[in-house]
Amino acid sequence: MIGIEHYLVVSSILFVMGVLGIFLNRKNVIIILMAIELILLAVNINLVAFSVFLGDLTGQIFAMFVLTVAAGEAAIGLAILVIYFRGRGTIAVDDVNRMKG
Amino acid sequence: MELNASLSLVRPEVILSFSALGLLLVAAWREQAGRLISILSVTALGAAAAFVINFMMNGTNSSAFDGLLVNDAFGNFSKILIFIAAAISLMIAPRFLENAGAMRAEYPVLILLSCVGMGVMVSATDLISLYIGLELQSLSAYVLASFVRSDGRSAEAGLKYFVLGALASGMLLFGASLVYGFAGSTSFAAIGTAMDTEVGLGLIFGIVFILSGLAFKISAAPFHMWTPDVYEGAPTPVTAFFASAPKVAAIALTIRIVLEAFGSQILVWQQIIIAVALMSIIIGAVGAIGQQNLKRLMAYSSINNVGFILIGLATGTEQGISAMLVYLVIYVAMTLGSFVCLMQLKDKDGGYREEFADISGLSKTRPALAAALAIFMFSLAGIPPLFGFWGKLVVFNAAVAAGLLPLAVIGITASVIGAFYYLKVVKVMYFDDAADVIVESDDKVLIWTGGVLAAANSPLGYFAIPALGIWTAYAARALF
Repeated sequence: MIGIEHYLVVSSILFVMGVLGIFLNRKNVIIILMAIELILLAVNINLVAFSVFLGDLTGQIFAMFVLTVAAGEAAIGLAILVIYFRGRGTIAVDDVNRMKG
Repeated sequence: MELNASLSLVRPEVILSFSALGLLLVAAWREQAGRLISILSVTALGAAAAFVINFMMNGTNSSAFDGLLVNDAFGNFSKILIFIAAAISLMIAPRFLENAGAMRAEYPVLILLSCVGMGVMVSATDLISLYIGLELQSLSAYVLASFVRSDGRSAEAGLKYFVLGALASGMLLFGASLVYGFAGSTSFAAIGTAMDTEVGLGLIFGIVFILSGLAFKISAAPFHMWTPDVYEGAPTPVTAFFASAPKVAAIALTIRIVLEAFGSQILVWQQIIIAVALMSIIIGAVGAIGQQNLKRLMAYSSINNVGFILIGLATGTEQGISAMLVYLVIYVAMTLGSFVCLMQLKDKDGGYREEFADISGLSKTRPALAAALAIFMFSLAGIPPLFGFWGKLVVFNAAVAAGLLPLAVIGITASVIGAFYYLKVVKVMYFDDAADVIVESDDKVLIWTGGVLAAANSPLGYFAIPALGIWTAYAARALF
């Protein structure tokens, strides 16, 4: 029998992978955008699993809102990335360092 | 509750949304109408603020949309402060953006949308409306940070802000999902009831994640690392906006969720808030010491001030919350004033300067500007008789009254360290050799707003104390 704890473990693993993807990745900003999506999807697994186990629809409605906002967030992220690429000609993470202190 | 009744309670947000959409349409046809649209946006903010003041006068306190939002004195107080700060950042911007070739109509529209988000944030009483408000505010802010597309620093600031802001939202959401699962509801009131009896490990994890996400948004240590880069890279009027309105909204949101949802378990969150407050005060004070860029300096100053504000929350008392609100009002006046002064640092080629070397000996060439900046710096350092002192006094008073004496002692000690770099600005302006790079500013709006804010921070501000005390106490009472 698959219980709530299994879903929680999967979503926690996905969440940690997403956070590590942001901090350990040294290559490409696109990968950071993918890691952010991973975090949001981990949250959605949580919300839907809780919603089913609590027998309460709110979680699924919340998941719909998260999906919608994630789409907007990805669009804005890519737009900023395009501006950045136009100015610098690169999207390597190590090159995002004009300001430091 | 009936839909019409709910809609009438969120009238300020409705006005702002429709003006933003309408003005976006105007912008689509008249691309050069940036200034006109800015003026109309300020009018819309004024209209929204008028409704908020009306709610406040009538003592409205009722929830809308089946408990998703609430219209109470606390939210209304924060909204007035937010709308004023946003209106000031709209008024000071056109010259700067025209100079950078970026005075497009999207700037006021994005500020308006951000204000809608902030209005929802401060009145949210449910995790879903909290998230929607926060994202509406943040998504507009990411675009604003990278608004000057031709400037590499602005694009980099936008990128950094986006990545770390999205991470913060992710952490907040993960916490929200855990709290929903273990408390069984997304409404603050129901979470509060569920937490009355006992708090399991799942809920504690949820609270920690939510508080970390919010600490990111208010740029409190240890989640402050984006602040200096974003404040330096973003166009100065946008930085002024970031340092004022969104900070008020995020702090108000933190107060509401901590007191209404987690309020019954003060032991769980109090130690987190105390740790975050102390770290912010110390990192804000120490980190600023080696900075050469004045905008970075202001970033550390805002981290430092957030720490002082959080001391009020750590008390968890009505007195503490009203002290926080007093400090917030003064903080907004001090920060906006400092940025207005920084925006007047123009050289003779029309370029904007923002380094320490540029303000060297400013008192000899531009005495009025140097005096105004000195007032703001002394006020930020909390030196009496300037108004910034009063904010620190009420917050520490509340901390001592709540029995948090060690916290108050450490805070006061760290504020002495912080005074070092504020005084350094004054020293460079008044006692160093004149660099003579800054020319007379001809921007009337900057001169007037700078003058008014400097007057508010000078000892004249003490005349506002009785009114401020009554309003903040009234707003804080709504939460208890």
